[in-house]
Amino acid sequence: MNETRSAPMTARMTGPLLVLDHLAKNYGALKVTDDVSLTVGATELHAIIGPNGAGKTTLIHQISGLAQPDSGRILFAGEDITPLTMAERAAEGLARSFQITSILPDFSVLENVALAVQGRSGSSFRFVRNASREEALNAPARVILNQFDLLPRADVPAGLLSYGEKRQLELAIALATRPRLLLLDEPLAGTSHEESARIIATLKGLKGTLGILLIEHDMDAVFQLADRISVLVYGRIIATGSADEVRNNPEVRSAYLGEEAA
Amino acid sequence: MTDAARPVEQSVPAAAPASLRRIMVPIVVFAGLAIAPWIAQFGTESFILSLLTRVMVLGLAALSLDLLIGYAGLVSFGQAAFIGIGAYAVGILASHGINGIALQTAAALAASAIFAAITGAISLRTRGVYFIMITLAFGQMLFFLATSLAAYGGDDGMTLPSRSLFLGYDLLDSDRALYYVAFVTLGLVYLACRMLVASRFGRVLRGARQNPVRMQAIGFSPYRYQLVLYIIAGMIAALAGVLLANTSEFVSPATMSWQRSGDLIFMVVLGGMGSLHGAILGAIVFLLAEEVLAGFTEHWHIIFGPLLILCVLYIRGGITPLIERTRP
Amino acid sequence: MPLSLFLVQMLNGLQFGLILFLIAAGLTLVFGVMDFINLAHGVQYMVGAYLAAMFTALTGNFLFGLLLALPTALAFGLFLEVLIFRKLYERDHLDQVLATFGVIITLNEAVKILWGAAPLSVPVPEILSGSIPLIGGLRYPIYRIAIIVAGLAVGLLLYILVNRTKVGMLVRAGASNAPMVAALGVNIRLLFTFVFGFGAMLAGFAGAMVTPILSVEPGMGDNVLILAFVVIVIGGIGSVRGAFLAALLIGVVDTLGRFMAPMLLSAILDPSTASQTGRAIAPMLIYVLMAVTLCIRPAGLFPAKR
Ligand SMILES: Nc1ncnc2c1ncn2[C@@H]1O[C@H](COP(=O)(O)OP(=O)(O)OP(=O)(O)O)[C@@H](O)[C@H]1O
Ligand SMILES: [Mg+2]
Repeated sequence: MNETRSAPMTARMTGPLLVLDHLAKNYGALKVTDDVSLTVGATELHAIIGPNGAGKTTLIHQISGLAQPDSGRILFAGEDITPLTMAERAAEGLARSFQITSILPDFSVLENVALAVQGRSGSSFRFVRNASREEALNAPARVILNQFDLLPRADVPAGLLSYGEKRQLELAIALATRPRLLLLDEPLAGTSHEESARIIATLKGLKGTLGILLIEHDMDAVFQLADRISVLVYGRIIATGSADEVRNNPEVRSAYLGEEAA
Repeated sequence: MTDAARPVEQSVPAAAPASLRRIMVPIVVFAGLAIAPWIAQFGTESFILSLLTRVMVLGLAALSLDLLIGYAGLVSFGQAAFIGIGAYAVGILASHGINGIALQTAAALAASAIFAAITGAISLRTRGVYFIMITLAFGQMLFFLATSLAAYGGDDGMTLPSRSLFLGYDLLDSDRALYYVAFVTLGLVYLACRMLVASRFGRVLRGARQNPVRMQAIGFSPYRYQLVLYIIAGMIAALAGVLLANTSEFVSPATMSWQRSGDLIFMVVLGGMGSLHGAILGAIVFLLAEEVLAGFTEHWHIIFGPLLILCVLYIRGGITPLIERTRP
Repeated sequence: MPLSLFLVQMLNGLQFGLILFLIAAGLTLVFGVMDFINLAHGVQYMVGAYLAAMFTALTGNFLFGLLLALPTALAFGLFLEVLIFRKLYERDHLDQVLATFGVIITLNEAVKILWGAAPLSVPVPEILSGSIPLIGGLRYPIYRIAIIVAGLAVGLLLYILVNRTKVGMLVRAGASNAPMVAALGVNIRLLFTFVFGFGAMLAGFAGAMVTPILSVEPGMGDNVLILAFVVIVIGGIGSVRGAFLAALLIGVVDTLGRFMAPMLLSAILDPSTASQTGRAIAPMLIYVLMAVTLCIRPAGLFPAKR
C-alpha cells in the first residue's frame, strides 16, 4: 500500500508533493497548530484523524491559503508556497473542499463545475463569448458530474440540492480544477449511506493519480482508503503511520479511548 | 435519494415563459424609445426630446452602476463622479476650442479609466460598508476639485460654447440627432454589457458575488476582475457624462454631487438590479416621476423622499421582476 | 508664517475636529453595534441646528434654546428609529443606504418648507461673546473656545461611559460581536434604541453648538455626514477612540491645508497660480489622507471588529 509514495511522475520533482515544515499557529492562547510537520507523496492518500477541535480544519486552511501560519513553511512540489494567496495556490494545482459546504448557490450545478474548469483553462479576461455555452468548459464538467451521478441534476440551481448532493458537488468542484493535491475536509460528514459509499468509491478510483490529504471522522473509510494516517490532538501530530501502526499506538489509544491506556 | 431530498425540482421548467417576458421588457423599452421622437412631434417636441435624452443618458449611467451593484455586489456611492469626468472633459476641451466629439470622448474615457484605476485599486481592498463610504468620499473629492476650478466656472459651472462637432459638422445641434446618438449609444452599450455579464469574465464576477472564498479556492482572485469591471463601469458613466454635457449644454459640479450618485443607486434598485434593462427602466420611472411631481409643487422632494423610502421598504426586488412575474 | 496665526488655525482645526467627533461618535457606534449604515445621521445635525435656532428665537436665550433642542433632537431621533430605521436593521446595506437617503431628501425639503430656504443665523450668546488675546496680538473668539471645551467634555464623558459603565461594556461588546451579546440574553433591541438615541442627540448637540458660528440652512448636514464617514473609516468602524483621533486629525489637516497649501505653493509658483492650485488641492487632502490610511490599514486605525 505504501510503495507508490515517491512515484517519479514529474522529472524535477523527486521529494514529496506537499511538505509541512514546522507549521505553527495560535489563536490567542490556543495553540491550534503546534509544530506540525508532515508530508504527502505525489500519489499518496494521507489521512488526518483527531477529535473535534483538534485543529484539522485550521491546518487545511493554512495549506490552502485561507489562513496564514505564524511560523513554519509549506512546500508544494518543492516550491515554498507560504507567501502565495489562496488563488495562486489553487492555480498551482492545490484544490480543497470545505467542511461547511461552500458552493455558488445561484448557479446551476453544471455552472458550478464548469467555472472550476474555467479556472484552469486559459484566461478569464474574455468578455464576449457566452461562457455557459462553451463546450470546452461544459464537456469536462459533465464528465465529472457523471462520476458523482449528478448529471441529471446539472441544470438545477446548486442552492436547491439536498445536503448530500451538495457534499458531492463540493467534491466535484474541487476535482474539476484538475488538482495535483486534493485537500478534503470531512467529505463524508452528513451524507447518506449510499452517498458515502459512492464518495468512497470515487476516492478509491482517484487514488494513485494524485496526492490527497483527507480529514475524516469515519474510521472505516479512513482505514479502507489511507496509505498513511496521522493523528492530530490539540494541534500536535502524536502519531503517523499505517492503519495498523496507528491503531496499536498507545498514545493514540489513550487520546481516543482515555481510560484504557492511562 | 428520496424524493423529499429534491424539493423544488419541478419549479424549474416553469421558468420558460418568464424568460420570454425577460426579453420582452428590453424590447418594449427600446422600441418605445425608438419611436418616441415620432410621437413627440405631436407634443412639445423639444421638451419631450430633451427629457427623454436625459432619461437615456442617466439610464446609461445607471446601467454602468448595475454592472457594479447587480453583478458584482459592489455598492458604489460615487458613480456620479464619472459622469462628471465625462461632462468636464467636454466642457474643458470645448473651452479651449477643441470641439470634436471623438477627441472629447477619448479624453473622457482615458480620464475616467485612470481615475477608476486609482480609486478602485484602493476602494476594492475594502468590503461592504467601507466600500460604500470610500466611493462616496472619492466622489466628493472630485466634486470639491470641480468647485475649485475657477477657470472652468468653479461652483457655478460653465455653459458650453456649442455642442460637440461630429467630424467637424454640427450634426448634434439637432435635438433629434442628439436623441438618436444617445439612443444608439445606449443600445450598443446595453448589448455589450449583456455579452459582458454572460462571458467568462462576467461569470467570475457573478460567482465572486455569491461566494468569494469559493472563487479563490478554484483559482480566481476576485480583486483583479472587480478592478477591471470598476474601470469599465467608470468609462461607461463617463460616456454618459459626454452626452449629458451635450444635452444640457452646461457643465457644473452638481453633475457629480453625491445626491446624484444616490439617485443612480435608486434607479438601479427601483428598476430591479442585476438585469441591466432594469436600470434603464428605473431611470425612466425615476425621471418621469420627478417631472410629474415637480409639476405639482416646487417642494416635490417632500413627496419623492417618502416614496423612495416606501419603495425600499415594500417593493423588494424592483419593478422588472414585478413585470416578469405578472401573468399577461 | 507668524506663529500666532498658525495657532489660530490650529484652534480652528481643533474646534472643527471636535464637532466632527460629536457627529462621528454616534455614527460609528450605531454602525458598530447595529451594523446599520445611517446616511440620515447628518440630518440629525441639521435638525439640532434648526431646533436650537428656533428655541433660541422663542426664548431669546441661547442656553435655553440649547437645553430645549437637546431633548427634542433626541425625541426626533427616536421617532425616526421607531418609524423607519427599525425596519432596516435586518436589511442589507444597500437597502439601508437607499432608505436613509430618502430620509435625507425628505427632511432637507421639510426644513425648507418649515423655515424657508434662506439661511438662519443665531447671535453668539452674550456671556460667550468677545474674544481673548493670544500671543502676537491676535485674539480668539470665546465662543469657539467654548465649543472646544464642550467637545472635549463630551469626549471625556463618552470615554467614561463606554469604558467604565455596564452599558458601555455592552456597547463595546456589541460592536465587536453583536450576536454573541444577544445570545447572552441582553435585550439587544433596547441597547440599539439607546445607542441610536444617544448618537442622534450627540449629532443634534453638534448642530446646536455651531448655530452661532455657521449659517443654519437646508442640507447643512450632508457634507458633514461625508466628512464623518471619512473620520470613521480612518478611525476604524465601531471605535470611539479611533473616531476621536481621526476627527481631530481631519479637522486639523483640513483647516491647516486650506490655509497653508496656497502659502506653501507660492514658494514654487507665481502667487495667483499658487492660490488657485492651493485652493484646488486643499479640499482633497483629507481624502488623500483617507486613501493612504486605507492602503496601510484597510480596516482603519483602530478596528473594533475582528
Ligand atoms: N478564527 C478562529 N479564531 C479563534 N479560534 C478559532 C478560529 N478558528 C478555529 N478556532 C479554534 O481552533 C480550534 C480548532 O478548530 P478547527 O476547526 O481547526 O478544529 P477541527 O479539528 O477541524 O474540529 P472539527 O472536527 O470539529 O471540525 C477550535 O478550538 C476552534 O474553536
Ligand atoms: Mg473541522
